[in-house]
Amino acid sequence: MILVWLILIPFLGGLLCWQAERWGEQVPRWIALGTMLFVLVISGLLWWSGEFSVPGVGGTQWMLEWRAPWIPRFGIELHLALDGLSLILVALTGFLGALAVLCSWHEIAERIGFFHLNLLFILGGVVGVFLALDLFLFFLFWEMMLVPMYFLIALWGHSGSPGQTRIRAATRFFIYTQASGLLMLVAIIALVFVHYSTTGELSFSYGVLLNADVPEPVAFWLMLGFFIAFAVKLPVVPFHGWLPDAHAQAPTAGSVDLAGILLKTAAYGILRFALPLFPEQSQAFAPVAMTLGLVGIIYGAVLACGQQDIKRLIAYTSISHMGFVLIGLYSGSELAIQGAIVLMVAHAFSSAGLFILSGQLYERIHTRDMRVMGGLWGRIPVLPGFTLCFVAASLGMPATANFVGEFMVLFGTFPNAPVTVVIASAGLVLAAIYSLLLMQRVHYGPEYRTGALAGPDARESGMMLVLLVTTLAVGLYPQPLLDTTAAVAGPVAELFSNGADLIARAGEVN
Amino acid sequence: MLTLSNLMAVLPLIIVASTAILVMLGIAWRRHHGGTAVLSAAGLVLALASVPLSSTALSSPPLMTMDGLAQMGTVLVLLCALVTVALSHHYLAGYAGAKEECYLLLLCAVTGALGLVASSHLATLFISLELLSMPLYGMLAYSVRSGRALEAGVKYLVLSAAATAFLLFGMALIYARTGQLDFAGLATGMEASLDVWVLSGAALIVVGLGFKLSVVPFHMWTPDVYQGGPAPAITLLATVSKLAVFVLLVRLTMTAPGFSSDWLASLFTMLALITMLGGNLLALFQSDVKRLLGYSSIAHFGYLLVAIVVGGSLAVETAGIYLVTYLLATLAAFGVVTQLSSPFGGEDAAGLHHYRGLFWRRPWLAAVMTVSFLSLAGIPLTTGFIGKFYVLALGVSASHWWLVGGVVAGSAIGLFYYLRVMVTLYLPEPGMRRADAPDDWGSRTGGLTLLVVAVLVLVLGVYPTPMIQWVAGLSTIGL
Repeated sequence: MILVWLILIPFLGGLLCWQAERWGEQVPRWIALGTMLFVLVISGLLWWSGEFSVPGVGGTQWMLEWRAPWIPRFGIELHLALDGLSLILVALTGFLGALAVLCSWHEIAERIGFFHLNLLFILGGVVGVFLALDLFLFFLFWEMMLVPMYFLIALWGHSGSPGQTRIRAATRFFIYTQASGLLMLVAIIALVFVHYSTTGELSFSYGVLLNADVPEPVAFWLMLGFFIAFAVKLPVVPFHGWLPDAHAQAPTAGSVDLAGILLKTAAYGILRFALPLFPEQSQAFAPVAMTLGLVGIIYGAVLACGQQDIKRLIAYTSISHMGFVLIGLYSGSELAIQGAIVLMVAHAFSSAGLFILSGQLYERIHTRDMRVMGGLWGRIPVLPGFTLCFVAASLGMPATANFVGEFMVLFGTFPNAPVTVVIASAGLVLAAIYSLLLMQRVHYGPEYRTGALAGPDARESGMMLVLLVTTLAVGLYPQPLLDTTAAVAGPVAELFSNGADLIARAGEVN
Repeated sequence: MLTLSNLMAVLPLIIVASTAILVMLGIAWRRHHGGTAVLSAAGLVLALASVPLSSTALSSPPLMTMDGLAQMGTVLVLLCALVTVALSHHYLAGYAGAKEECYLLLLCAVTGALGLVASSHLATLFISLELLSMPLYGMLAYSVRSGRALEAGVKYLVLSAAATAFLLFGMALIYARTGQLDFAGLATGMEASLDVWVLSGAALIVVGLGFKLSVVPFHMWTPDVYQGGPAPAITLLATVSKLAVFVLLVRLTMTAPGFSSDWLASLFTMLALITMLGGNLLALFQSDVKRLLGYSSIAHFGYLLVAIVVGGSLAVETAGIYLVTYLLATLAAFGVVTQLSSPFGGEDAAGLHHYRGLFWRRPWLAAVMTVSFLSLAGIPLTTGFIGKFYVLALGVSASHWWLVGGVVAGSAIGLFYYLRVMVTLYLPEPGMRRADAPDDWGSRTGGLTLLVVAVLVLVLGVYPTPMIQWVAGLSTIGL
């Protein structure tokens, strides 16, 4: 039942926030903050009491499981389950959710209740995505979080550069993800019906479909259906068109959620569904996926260098970082998959930090255009220092979590795909360039205007400190995180190598 | 011979028809708007209550079949009519001319629809279809002093007449070859002589029915009629009329094998594809909500045609589920339009600017509108998603990949305009009033009905099992 509550709490909290606006402006904020902290505390307790060792024979991989019949006509169940990976990501959702509430404390001044309703509904949907084990239910949550995100961008966003209204950005985000999501739905239904035609059992259950015997050409198309849906959300380069605009126009809380959690749902989907459901096809597809990841790394980094808008710059760096994640996921090595998970967490921290900082900057100088910044180091106390820390984290400086993640991805991938790793390492150099460009243009250089600006208050510096401490903690001692997710990464890597064996054997037979 | 049991089977139809006569006599005796509305509603409720009784009847009257499909159609038609009556009362309160005849027309149209969903003979088909359409001309042109309404009525009349001509010609061709008019006879007769005459006859019937369903390329009348007609009339047209005609189409295509021949199946595939894409593309830049909903209903019948193409028992179930979801969402959407335009003041509040910032003025109405548009767009947690899921599942299970692709593309395009309207509801307007809703009995009945419909959209979207069981239990076609 505790899994159901993890999903329900944000939804109930959201409804409460909406109605609580009538009692005062601050009430919805406190309720939202309390709700997200509650989720964080529950997942923390689960982590504390949990056992994450690799299951033995006959053991189940799930720490907690809950199922109830829902639509028996199609064999659809409400089936939730939690393992190490979901737990980490749920905790991350709670953490970043609380930060998203905090960072919009002053930024959002109107329609506060409705804003927090949308924010909490997004987070509830994301938690659902991380817990759902029925493919229908997974898809339901996957699509459901789009609507509140759409409203968040469309109603509270910034109308930035001319010709790029926030509504247009929100619509583009929605259509990209919804259309690709429908492809995934078609793939899910096709998978279910293929399974039905061979066994006569109609079921959307993950455990059942894992053993589905799908004939070869169909399986490849189905895998592609899943991959495209996740690739749009991740985003992988040809499908990234929605991301920079959505980030640039979204309010700070929206950007934090988008970069910190929503992108992670895609990586989670690949790891949980696309790879285990179609191991052989994914194995065959891996070179393409890795190439796309490489393209993303280079493309994102190069475009980041040329941005004027600080949030667009950070958005492009996200594309670049997600390229590393994609390479790690498709490398088929346990080390690299774990690295990808660490990188997901690390990127959530560093990008959230940078987005929150750019939001705080915007509150002070009312622009996100880097051409009219410069020399802020001397004008704002403390904030530039934090920026430097997160920029260093983003470029993968040792001692930060990003370094651990990137290092593990590159190290783990090297035996299988050395050329990819060599080229991807060049991306690290580009990362240094765009990070330093950001620092130079915003905080160093000639002063565009003069006059001191307010430093961070307790709330702002508190958020930054917490983020910084977690980044460093994961960077210096990542072992607890690795232990928690080891049981997930191992089997996936194994599936991959088994797939390779099968292909090799098939080759011999031929 | 007509027996008592035969009459029991069509009890709802008899009750609605007698209510129409009662209403007519009542108007002749004394005009009373509220009383007429209550009388009509009572008749519809009574008819609804008699459905369980009629389903126990052992035999159907000649020319009709009261099978599961007909019962499902009957219940849905009556419910839609009831919602329309609830909405009409407040709407008509502001109308200067005679108000009561509107209910008379509505009841006549409902009688026609009830006949249509149960007809198993080309003669009943034709009579019921005309009985359904004729009152609608009157309802569309009800506010005769408004040019647009008149235009809508006349346009629908002329094009309907053309469609009827097609329909009759098709029937004549089929009769000439087979000598049969009842569906059971057609089923055997068409199989025996499946030649070009029978096929073209079938195609002409499809054209005639396609007009009523506004399937592309026979959709030309839809946007103008939707825009011009008074909101309650359009609600009836978009729900009862289309529902009844579609149920009939399902019955016709599933019983008569001539309609599932390869040639006609590919015709239906083509129609479905251009309908779902055409409807969605044409809706993209509409700034009139009624017009936009007209195009959107075109697209939805494109999705529904997938059920006709595929055929089989899952297809009937899909059609039933999709119709239920479409009806709920459409009723909610048009209900909001009706509420905003009530009481009648010349022109309906259909321009998109009327909806700007609606959430901050009338939050509940805006919430209903949002829910209905989410459902029309097929977003999860609304019934629309269940409907779309059924259509996709049906297409995938029969490996009709073109149609599946069409549904996916159509939904993606459709999102654009649904979102556009939805976000408009929430955009604040400078100098906006906080609340502008007048409170009185009529708006409260209509408003409550709307809220119930919206809650149904949500509840059945989250827990669709009751709906699925109900539809699956009734998706049987007898002869």
